[in-house]
Amino acid sequence: MFDFLEGYDVLGAFWMTIKLTVFSAVGSLVWGTLLAAMRVSPVPLMRGFGTAYVNIVRNIPLTVIIVFTSLGLADIFGMTMGASDNFELQGFRLAVLGLAAYTAAFVCEAIRSGINTVPLGQAEAARAIGLGFTQTLGLVVLPQAFRAVIGPLANVLIALTKNTTVAAAISVPEAALLMKGMIENEAQTLAIGAVFAFGFVVLTLPTGLLLGWLGKRLAVKR
Amino acid sequence: MTSVLYDAPGPRAKRRNVLLSVLFFVLLALALWWMWQKMDEKEQLEWALWEPFTTSQAWTTYLLPGLGDTLKAAALAMVIALPLGAVFGIARMSDHRWVRVPAGAVVEFFRAIPVLLLMLFAFEFYVRSTDIGSEQRPLYAVVTGLVLYNASVLAEVVRAGILALPKGQTEAAYAIGLRKGQTMTSILLPQAVTAMLPAIVSQLVVIVKDTALGGVMLGFTELLNSRSTLAANYANVVPSFIVVAIIYIVVNFILTSFASWLEGRLRRSKRGTGAVLAPEEVEDNPAAIPGTYGTGAGGAV
Repeated sequence: MFDFLEGYDVLGAFWMTIKLTVFSAVGSLVWGTLLAAMRVSPVPLMRGFGTAYVNIVRNIPLTVIIVFTSLGLADIFGMTMGASDNFELQGFRLAVLGLAAYTAAFVCEAIRSGINTVPLGQAEAARAIGLGFTQTLGLVVLPQAFRAVIGPLANVLIALTKNTTVAAAISVPEAALLMKGMIENEAQTLAIGAVFAFGFVVLTLPTGLLLGWLGKRLAVKR
Repeated sequence: MTSVLYDAPGPRAKRRNVLLSVLFFVLLALALWWMWQKMDEKEQLEWALWEPFTTSQAWTTYLLPGLGDTLKAAALAMVIALPLGAVFGIARMSDHRWVRVPAGAVVEFFRAIPVLLLMLFAFEFYVRSTDIGSEQRPLYAVVTGLVLYNASVLAEVVRAGILALPKGQTEAAYAIGLRKGQTMTSILLPQAVTAMLPAIVSQLVVIVKDTALGGVMLGFTELLNSRSTLAANYANVVPSFIVVAIIYIVVNFILTSFASWLEGRLRRSKRGTGAVLAPEEVEDNPAAIPGTYGTGAGGAV
């Protein structure tokens, strides 16, 4: 029944999807946290930069960014990401760069919205009982903010998993690219579509359920 | 600016902030200067590469038709997805389990799949099973993919919009003797649509951005695709990317601003229940919708 899968490395393609997701998730988490820190910092210039970055990157299609990493950064500016002779590795790294730069804007917004859920009264009460700045932040505000951030961040992670398919635009051999090749060459369009759809459901559904449950469980009840 | 994170700054904090500002400014200026240098080094600042954008030809032959196709696909997708989403959203709240469960399964399924997969599948489906001409096929495939995905996202928006209405609305409708269907069509939906407007407009941003996928993967002649034709003609890859990115930013910024203007207007308005569904309330936090964890579409991303 599944003989149409023969000769195709479906698992390998999904492994590439997972690798893209993990590397971009780590990159975007670091860069997004930095951006969020800038957006809530007391320095107006940093706030301005954070806001500008988020508003610009959020409004550009991811496809434009990914294609630009290949046609612009690599071809014109010679940014080969340390893999000038390995086209596949170079494409992978460029895709991770693009995905991380794009997703960071959403990570930043998720974290900021988490911080905003902490009522002002919490910080005021902390100061009123004599806690200093680091104590207020470390003992009162951030623990509550982190809990509120899990749900939104889980959504960003799921969206990122789905967005890795855009890397097919620069020929990174991940799931969507393999599916494109397969449905063009094989007769069982529906079965192939179902296999790949199932693969993504398997990747996103448990993440959503687990992190959604965790977010709800850990959320501060107000 | 009040924030939970820090107090009103004293003299020492003020000095530190000034210092940080200066430091950050220097870093930013260095980064910009470096980028400018790189552009110059690769001769991307040559006027010859930018000059085409001052002529009408580049706009009338490439960019505007491309933008037109982008907006056409986005508009079509929204117009078709909205009623479909409303049907599924309402079906998901049905009292009958045999309606509620399948509707929920369909919505969650299409939300979990990347929109690119849907587009690729639709394209191949049209190639094999229909006689849609190869000229029209990319548009059909892109719109189909967008409709399937966004209908399921909008179904959640509709559901959240109806659930955001005060319970008294339904109770009052039942009290004056309306039936379930009547309550939905003449009491809940009209109010929910108003409440949902901001979220719907922001979903349009997502749709506009997703059309670009069809341009690269299916050869749909939208903005990003016409960019490559343009760049092939004038040999200006980097400038064309910058101009196209600016066009996308302007279009999406207008839509986003319109959405937040609508939201503010609805929140202030005296008519209605004052229930408004901010875009983030659906997209960032499906857990806000009672009764589901949701697979999380990550709608706006």
